[in-house]
Amino acid sequence: MYVIVAGGGKVGANVTRSLLEMGHEVTLIEQRAERFARLEQEFGPIVVRGDATEINVLELAGIARPPELLLSVTGDDEDNLVISQIGREKYGVGKVIARVNDPRNQPHFDLLDIPMTVCPTSSILGLVEHEIPEHGLVRLLELQREGLEIVEAQIESNSPVAGNRAGGLSLPDGARLISVFRHGRTELVEPGTVIRPGDQLLAVVANGSAQQLRSVLLGAAKS
Amino acid sequence: MKVLVIGCGRTGAAVAKGLEADGWDVTAVDESEDALLRLGAGWRGGFVLGHGLDSSVLARAGVSAVDAAVVATDGDNTNVVIGQVLQKRHGLDRVVVRVLDPARARFYAERGLQTVCPTQTAISEMLEAVRTGQLEPAGPS
Repeated sequence: MYVIVAGGGKVGANVTRSLLEMGHEVTLIEQRAERFARLEQEFGPIVVRGDATEINVLELAGIARPPELLLSVTGDDEDNLVISQIGREKYGVGKVIARVNDPRNQPHFDLLDIPMTVCPTSSILGLVEHEIPEHGLVRLLELQREGLEIVEAQIESNSPVAGNRAGGLSLPDGARLISVFRHGRTELVEPGTVIRPGDQLLAVVANGSAQQLRSVLLGAAKS
Repeated sequence: MKVLVIGCGRTGAAVAKGLEADGWDVTAVDESEDALLRLGAGWRGGFVLGHGLDSSVLARAGVSAVDAAVVATDGDNTNVVIGQVLQKRHGLDRVVVRVLDPARARFYAERGLQTVCPTQTAISEMLEAVRTGQLEPAGPS
């Protein structure tokens, strides 16, 4: 497959390296002189120096062949949009993937019909939300083979379980409270242990039941 | 009639002042307050500080009620993206965009954007001046 990578920053350089290792033909475009020199040292003559938003630079990189894939991964969203538009609409490149640096610009990419975008900031935020679905419950460890997770919950004064005995709680199936950390000490949770504001609870919960456990311990999710 | 002037350098500021003199209700948008110096002490139009791709900046500049827009920041790609956002998201028909690179100006003109390319103008006029031995007198500054 022939691929043009526009933008030789960290993303562009690493993607180029991987694509080459996979046996693809790549041309990499980089404008900054210093960065270009380093890339040329590593990748040799497949690196083209120039502004990838200029049509003659894109042509020098072989946009008219056209490539099967164009990656617009510069650090500038407007540049990435223009490179993607020129590639798709002037040269009929079938697949264009654009990097969105500022997630607030995502609507502009959608508006201008750039269907495949990658936004590292949004991806990381998505992972954060997945890992910490709600404030107050932190996934510490996932035991994949056992189908269990170890989570930590911070009990506040408005928690529905504050003041209750551990033995009286209706936890989701497969969930157990393990220990409570209070006043600098950890105690194992017994049925008679009273849960208090300020406690940090460690619990084990079946995969997929963390949300349920959260609502028992901390109340309904704040939206 | 209301008009936005996005990018208030030498060109944008002069266009803004010219339109205001014509009786337009002008709002200028620029990332730098220095733009106000170029607009001058007599500036009676609006001014919004910020980037023309920022939807909250466009909203503050009253984009929903304007009849026309001039886009003349110092970045060609920024200009063509802002121009297309004004056309497609805000339904504005009268959008004029400055693009310094003749090839990109042609590409976006073919796609329905009104582009003005000062570089192409300079090229044509210089060619004409040398070929005929005469230069059209410059317009009023």
